[in-house]
Amino acid sequence: MSPSGAEFIRQIKSQIAEVDPADVHAALDGAGNGSDGLTVVDVRENDEIAQGHLPGAKLVPRGFLESRIETAAPDRSGHVVLYCASGNRSALAAKTLTDLGYEHVESMTGGITLWKDRGYKVEVPRKITAEQRERYSRHMLVPEIGAEGQNKLLDAKVLLLGAGGLGSPTALYLAAAGVGTIGIVDDDVVDLSNLQRQVIHTTDRIGVAKVDSAEITMNALNPDVNVVKYETRIDASNIMEIIDGYDVIVDGVDNFPTRYLLNDATVRLRIPVVSASILGFDGQLSVFAPYEGPCYRCLYPVPPPAELAPSCGANGVLGVLPGTMGLLQATEVVKLIVGAGEPLIGRLLLYEALGATFTELKVRRDPECAICSRDPGEIADDELGVFPDYEAFCAAAG
Amino acid sequence: MATVRIPPVLRPSTGGEKEVDAGGDDVGAVLRSLADAHPDTQTQIFADGGELNRYVNVYLNDEDVRVLGGLDTAVGDDDVIVILPAMAGG
Repeated sequence: MSPSGAEFIRQIKSQIAEVDPADVHAALDGAGNGSDGLTVVDVRENDEIAQGHLPGAKLVPRGFLESRIETAAPDRSGHVVLYCASGNRSALAAKTLTDLGYEHVESMTGGITLWKDRGYKVEVPRKITAEQRERYSRHMLVPEIGAEGQNKLLDAKVLLLGAGGLGSPTALYLAAAGVGTIGIVDDDVVDLSNLQRQVIHTTDRIGVAKVDSAEITMNALNPDVNVVKYETRIDASNIMEIIDGYDVIVDGVDNFPTRYLLNDATVRLRIPVVSASILGFDGQLSVFAPYEGPCYRCLYPVPPPAELAPSCGANGVLGVLPGTMGLLQATEVVKLIVGAGEPLIGRLLLYEALGATFTELKVRRDPECAICSRDPGEIADDELGVFPDYEAFCAAAG
Repeated sequence: MATVRIPPVLRPSTGGEKEVDAGGDDVGAVLRSLADAHPDTQTQIFADGGELNRYVNVYLNDEDVRVLGGLDTAVGDDDVIVILPAMAGG
């Protein structure tokens, strides 16, 4: 005779390992989800998860367990704790994972109900509206992003340095992706000669401040985005105030002094920078994650002399090129925010449009680096952006 | 002969060529061959003492020669040397 549902669950529980919420709480308190190989997975349905879940839990409804668990817990030898409302569905899910070859799976007894009864903290995810669910549905369908990743995007703060060639496509796609707060620093106004590549601006906005023009386009595309405008030129006197609090910074500035200044300040504040530069038909791209990988000064310890740095004045560039490089930047930003894939840290990607070639070079941390070889607290205000007299340098370069 | 990739800022010195074949057993020799064939590249690549200018990054295939043997790094015929200057256009 076939067992009843309750009997079946009882049999399954005898075949799997269970863990008390107190032990999970202690493990999370000591390490945090994902640390030391511990991954906590909530297998309830989305409407239940919306009421609150364990801090840092990965969200994989049981119906999607087989298809999505490898994204949430790629290491089958790692420690995985599953939970649901009361401990039954997570027991069944634990059996499934064991059958899939996961070696250290436990189901949390009593589920989140017992967890809450014990007074342990839960995280209540941002409420996504029906319109947002529709707007971001193609993100929700990608396992590497999903509702969890979209919430991270909506909570993220990204600062764009420059609303020009690189900043335009980056701003458009980050706004479309639902990055909740996008800061833009630019003191320029829209010029007719910008419109060959700066696609966030329009002909009828020539003469308008670029930050205002960008805001109009971004809000028309996605009203979810809070655009923070800085109509100023970033310099040593204002950089710390402007960049503090941002999760990721996108470097699309057109001059060396600001690139070095930005590097030094972001190393001090430990903010990752997605950096790109363009010239003619050539582009460069890398992600500088302070103390995790090299910084800009590790790659370029010394700026080039004026004749080899055609960046201070107006220079020719294929109009499509900043689109290509800016969207590669936007892609790296999204990856950093949602924690998906392998960011371009310690690697420099070169794109040569005429030959249609991509070349990847290794970038190492420089143990002698003037900035990132030291503790952030040791980097003084008057050291930020220090290098040769670039004002004179750029004047000489024309 | 190794292949040397020429960055945009140096192409006026190589007649517009993006890649130049240059002979030599090590990175220094290859770059000196390049400078012999295209003298305008000499001062842009080398400092007065014959060492690389500090602002010039040189890669053998995908690795920075600074973490290899510098100008003494051995080069084979199929190797690609990339000369990489910083760019700041945005």
